[in-house]
Amino acid sequence: MSLLQIEGLGIDFGGLRAVHDVGFSLKPGEIVSVIGPNGAGKTTLFNMISGVYAPARGRVVLDGEDVTRIPPHLLARRGLSRTFQNLQIFQSMSVLENAVAGHHLHERGSVFADLFSLPAARRRSKASEDSARTLLDRVGLGRAAEQEAGSLSYGALKRLEIARALALKPRVLLLDEPAAGCNAVETEEIDHLIAKVAAEGVSILLVEHDMKMVMRISNHIVVLDHGEKIAEGEPAAISRNPRVIEAYLGAQATEVQNADG
Amino acid sequence: MRLSSKATTLLILAAVIAIAPVFFPSSYYFRVGSLIFVNGLAVTGLVILIGYAGQISLGHAGFAGIGAYACALAPVHLGLHPALAAVLGALLSAAIAFLVGRPILRLKGYYLAVASLGFGILVSMVLSNEAQLTGGPDGMAVPELGLRAVLKAIGIDLSNTEFWYAFSGLVLVIGAWLALNLYHSPTGRALRALHGSEVAARTVGVDVAHYKLVAFVISAVYASVSGSLLALQNKFITPDVAGFMHSIEMVTMAVLGGAGSVLGAILGAAILTTLPQVLTVFQQYEQLMLGLVMMLVMIFMRAGLLPSIARRIRGRAE
Repeated sequence: MSLLQIEGLGIDFGGLRAVHDVGFSLKPGEIVSVIGPNGAGKTTLFNMISGVYAPARGRVVLDGEDVTRIPPHLLARRGLSRTFQNLQIFQSMSVLENAVAGHHLHERGSVFADLFSLPAARRRSKASEDSARTLLDRVGLGRAAEQEAGSLSYGALKRLEIARALALKPRVLLLDEPAAGCNAVETEEIDHLIAKVAAEGVSILLVEHDMKMVMRISNHIVVLDHGEKIAEGEPAAISRNPRVIEAYLGAQATEVQNADG
Repeated sequence: MRLSSKATTLLILAAVIAIAPVFFPSSYYFRVGSLIFVNGLAVTGLVILIGYAGQISLGHAGFAGIGAYACALAPVHLGLHPALAAVLGALLSAAIAFLVGRPILRLKGYYLAVASLGFGILVSMVLSNEAQLTGGPDGMAVPELGLRAVLKAIGIDLSNTEFWYAFSGLVLVIGAWLALNLYHSPTGRALRALHGSEVAARTVGVDVAHYKLVAFVISAVYASVSGSLLALQNKFITPDVAGFMHSIEMVTMAVLGGAGSVLGAILGAAILTTLPQVLTVFQQYEQLMLGLVMMLVMIFMRAGLLPSIARRIRGRAE
């Protein structure tokens, strides 16, 4: 039984078919990667699945329920969360507050309780702060908790976004290039983190350019080119697929083959 | 033990309000002080809207007008006590903010500014034109709050200016306390999150439209109570309270002092309330100097006076 099912999803931008007829599915605890050359429509696909863009065609089914065109904040309530390729950090907040903000659905309550700082409101804040500290430790940012988020390195901010998304206790997590701009050590840390989260039963949909990472951790790979799915399958099969190699060409094609070898 | 930023802010505010009268050479200064507090209250509301949620309104004087005229009209026509009239004004402002906010908060940036501006103008037009009810541009009398007589009966004898200094100072401290509570609460975090990144706020489950409306309604209530206090202490009110200039003044105070900080915004209110009096030494160049000061602050201290100064001091300490 698949947790997330994508069926014939498509969108056009000014007459241009940005994404067309893309479909695949995600089982609980599975890691599925979407790969493809730049401009293949990976982020656009993510934006449609996460409710940021309204798709023109197709369906997104989450746990048997049609969630196509449902706004992101309601998808969050259904357990779908994401990170962003171009970081979307709450810059004026501390690292801790960013992670606490991820607990919104668990900590929200009456505005009156918040205004008067009633015990109920303080309890909610305390609970999400405790959980946020645990999450920050988990992504290796425990010691940076009190810093201003804007002062962190790019790689650290990527991990902060993951912590914030995990705060939701999601069932499906969409990660848009989590290892971009990270060094080899950081990439490996993120790699382990993703594997661990998936092992806890969270389904992960990943867009990533680091082919070694993709080949290592994915259960299943979907390849996009010019907005269409050109291949799908296990990492080993994908790296031998002639259409995939053709789409990537040159340096990247050898990279795919090397990662397999 | 290190004091929290909330406790520090409240302590500073309460101490300044309590100690300042020691240095007042005449009762006139109590009057200036209470005007600062009344403006400070409206501006604290704008901190929630502008500083927390990142939304703009150029029409908040409209809500001050509703609060002010509620105190003038409800005692006469509904037989309500002026204090209850102020509460009614606040409820009415909240209801109107809810109705107006829903459609206009979908707009962003200057579109929102212009739409809110339109709302403010609408309210002041109604107040000017419904002359049978409001006395039109000539204004109308507002009944006595009556609290001073009650205090006198229990042995606290304050002059009129002293009473309004103390009373509006107290309301301002309460208003600041509520705003600071909100800042550190789940609601405050949701507001600041949508300020930082709307799309990221949505993906963590924040209902952006709802929370913008929450900030708009709360700030409208602040403006309304501020208008009520102004009407009650002046015992007279004109449609100017809802006017365009008053809206602009409020936003300028907040931004000049530092829209992200409650204390900063109140400082902005203090400066812009007193500066015109101080600048009278420049005689006919008064307005010119006022404009110049405002431009210089914004050019050199973009975050507003208090946050910029605080950052500079912190930078030197490190």
